[in-house]
Amino acid sequence: MKRLTALLLASAILSTEAFANDEEVNIYSYRQPFLIEPITEVFTEETGIAVNILYVKDGIAKRLEREGKYSPADIVLTSDFNRLLEITDKGLTQANQQMQDSDVIPDQYKDSEGHWFALTKRVRAVYASKSRVSNTADISYENLSSAQYKGRICTRSGKHPYNVSLVASMIAHHGKDATKDWLLGLKNNLARKPQGNDRGQAKAIKEGLCDLSLGNSYYFGKMLMDEKQKPWADAVKLVFPNQQDRGSHINISGMAMTKYAPHKKNAQQLMAYLSSEKAQSLYADINMEYPVNSNVEPSELVKSWGEFKADDIALTEIVKHRQTAYKLLDEVKFDL
Amino acid sequence: MNNNKWLIWAWAASIALVLPTAFLLLQSLTPDTVLFEHLWATVLTDYIVNTIQLVGLVLLFSAVFALPTAWLVAMCDFPARSYLQWLLMLPLAMPAYVIAYIYTDLFDFSGPIQRTLRAIFQSDVPVGQLWFFDIRNVFGASLMLSLVLFPYLYLIARTAFLEQGAHLFQVSRGLGQTPWQSFRRIALPLCRPAIVVGLMFIGAEALGDFATVHYFSVNTLTTAVYDSWLGHGSLSAAAKISILMLVSVFAILAIERWQRGRQRFHHKYTGQSVLFKLQGWRAKAAFMYCASLVIAGFILPLIILAGYAIDYASFATDGQLGKVLLQTVWLALLVAVITTFLGILFAFTTRVSSQKAVSWPLKISGMSYMMPSTVLAIAVLITMTLFETKINDMLIAFGYDAPGLFLSGTLTALVFAFVVRFQAVANGTIETSFLTVSPSLDMATKSLGKSDTKLLFGVHIPLIKKSLFTAMLLVFIECMKELPAALLLRPFNFDTLATYLYQYVSDEQLEQAALAAILIVLAGLYPVIRLTRTNGVH
Repeated sequence: MKRLTALLLASAILSTEAFANDEEVNIYSYRQPFLIEPITEVFTEETGIAVNILYVKDGIAKRLEREGKYSPADIVLTSDFNRLLEITDKGLTQANQQMQDSDVIPDQYKDSEGHWFALTKRVRAVYASKSRVSNTADISYENLSSAQYKGRICTRSGKHPYNVSLVASMIAHHGKDATKDWLLGLKNNLARKPQGNDRGQAKAIKEGLCDLSLGNSYYFGKMLMDEKQKPWADAVKLVFPNQQDRGSHINISGMAMTKYAPHKKNAQQLMAYLSSEKAQSLYADINMEYPVNSNVEPSELVKSWGEFKADDIALTEIVKHRQTAYKLLDEVKFDL
Repeated sequence: MNNNKWLIWAWAASIALVLPTAFLLLQSLTPDTVLFEHLWATVLTDYIVNTIQLVGLVLLFSAVFALPTAWLVAMCDFPARSYLQWLLMLPLAMPAYVIAYIYTDLFDFSGPIQRTLRAIFQSDVPVGQLWFFDIRNVFGASLMLSLVLFPYLYLIARTAFLEQGAHLFQVSRGLGQTPWQSFRRIALPLCRPAIVVGLMFIGAEALGDFATVHYFSVNTLTTAVYDSWLGHGSLSAAAKISILMLVSVFAILAIERWQRGRQRFHHKYTGQSVLFKLQGWRAKAAFMYCASLVIAGFILPLIILAGYAIDYASFATDGQLGKVLLQTVWLALLVAVITTFLGILFAFTTRVSSQKAVSWPLKISGMSYMMPSTVLAIAVLITMTLFETKINDMLIAFGYDAPGLFLSGTLTALVFAFVVRFQAVANGTIETSFLTVSPSLDMATKSLGKSDTKLLFGVHIPLIKKSLFTAMLLVFIECMKELPAALLLRPFNFDTLATYLYQYVSDEQLEQAALAAILIVLAGLYPVIRLTRTNGVH
């Protein structure tokens, strides 16, 4: 039995010693592989470089910190900018000068030092019931806390990264105290305890449990493409908030090269590819997001949602308030 | 091998297993009072209340599900009993987060059941004014967890009832007690140690659960640990909360031991037991009770999963699943073998040594089971990377090539974390079975001048073969379902069925990976059925 165990253990170590191959690039990803693989597969076909994606639910920054200079990761992909900037702020990344010098990504959506780059944009939008909300032009994040919406709002957990970012942006615009009042008002207006995901809120609106919810723009598109979920999306209107003033809150998905990337050249090549017109239009078509490359148009469906004004506050400004946002959510017991 | 060698191995192994927990303990001592105070002032009390409610309800539901059914199939005869006694084990193969997902879909406000109810009853009242039942709360989460965890208690209690035999019960009936009184006053108290062990496993699972409670938006202490580490970025506060949890669990166990005092529970079962033949409504009720648990905990969810798999068949054709299935089974087998081997080592060392301190390796090696598996995974990751970095630095200093992350970057981390987590499961089974072997056999063997090794391999192992098999099966099933540790520690290009499934579940798209869920269940099915066979079904 002992010998058997030793043998099994040895083979366990060996079986994953696939690291030796140079023609590969390793990604730690917050984004689910099934969203990215269709795009990286094209890259592998073209270049022969294998792309290994490790889907990590939480804690990539912690992991990179602990792994230090022996980390196997080359690139980190995130689905929101807070966690992207958490990694760069901790000094876990290196600049990609080549990417920085090219102008495919507008300045607003990349680090001035070349450490992080956005890949796609998404709007933290509001889903409003088609039948029960008539005037959508005035909807803003601020007035979601007003008395007229009492018992009419649904949302996912306040601590989900998308909501934390929104709260942080509210702090950036209005300060901590005003944001706390806003959160209390919003919580007071909820039809039920925060739960589920963005799609689940559209479903609840369809069933009449609530009239408004927070939801990312691309989920709206994805629901339309899913036979079972299409009725949910059909029941709501996608509203871009704050069109009368500063514009809608934008989040990004993005990428960064790790500080000790063992396959630096391949990583640079993949990053260039991901921001190229080809990959960007794949992103736009498959995932219903707004491409960050200005030469690439959104998909027809996304375009049909109309033009909108985006909040142009610097992402780095918002990120400063992330910890405070998290604490405020505890203080008002948003999820409880 | 003499006594000392066994002892050294046992100590070495148990220290390795306890390292991550010890490391957390150290971390919890580092000062980070600011965050802890913030949590204490805001959400921590709510989390504690939720946790107590969750664990309490899960224990209660599990007892209500498991004890009557165990008693019925062990002692009574009613229609389909011989099938139900193993069918009742099947929910064990169903991961809690999967059935949580399925039942939320079904019972949610916007699910088919509430929709139908609304359509039938109150169609003219505005929806906002309607009362609706909410499944996403502590009650719902407890029910889900209990539906898949109760078989632990059922398995243990049934074996205990079987061993108890019918004669005590007959004596009690002869003394004028009703069947119910006999059950309550004789059968249950005699099984107390077994029941406590079963409930302890279930409580630990409930306490450590993250996926289900998160899905039900119930915030527990595990949420607090998660939040502190990832949201607030404080490992120290996270460690403090986990250690707090660990300490409370041990306190509760200690109180139970103390309260049980010096009671001993020896009873020798002799002769053939006669099953009570239930008649009329009693037989029907017994059948209905057992069958409804099997349906709710297994058959219905499986049918719904199959429905998803058919509806979303086009998503299942990416050809990865076969590979993932093999990887998962292989990992589960490996961990099952290692934990069983270590379990033997610990239990045997304790047995052959006369000193009291020797039982410590056995005790501490199972400690980490009480730790939420996310926390454990974090601890493993941190301890391993610390160790690896040191080794790498040293090798470079001596002019060698750095081997990189040879532990945390490979399957070793995952295997180690699984072993640490599930060692208690193997220990529990193996320790108990060693107790059933009479010490006089040891003395006889020794008096013939045989070594300890001969004693173990020639006498003990042949006698407890069945229990070793049971231990392996239990660990195997656990490994098939385990999610948080696998999610955090698996290397590149390695997925277990659970992690594969989770990338879809995390996007609330279980439908697209229903086939993976079905495979988890099916792969667990064989061990579950074998488990019932090896434990006294004739």
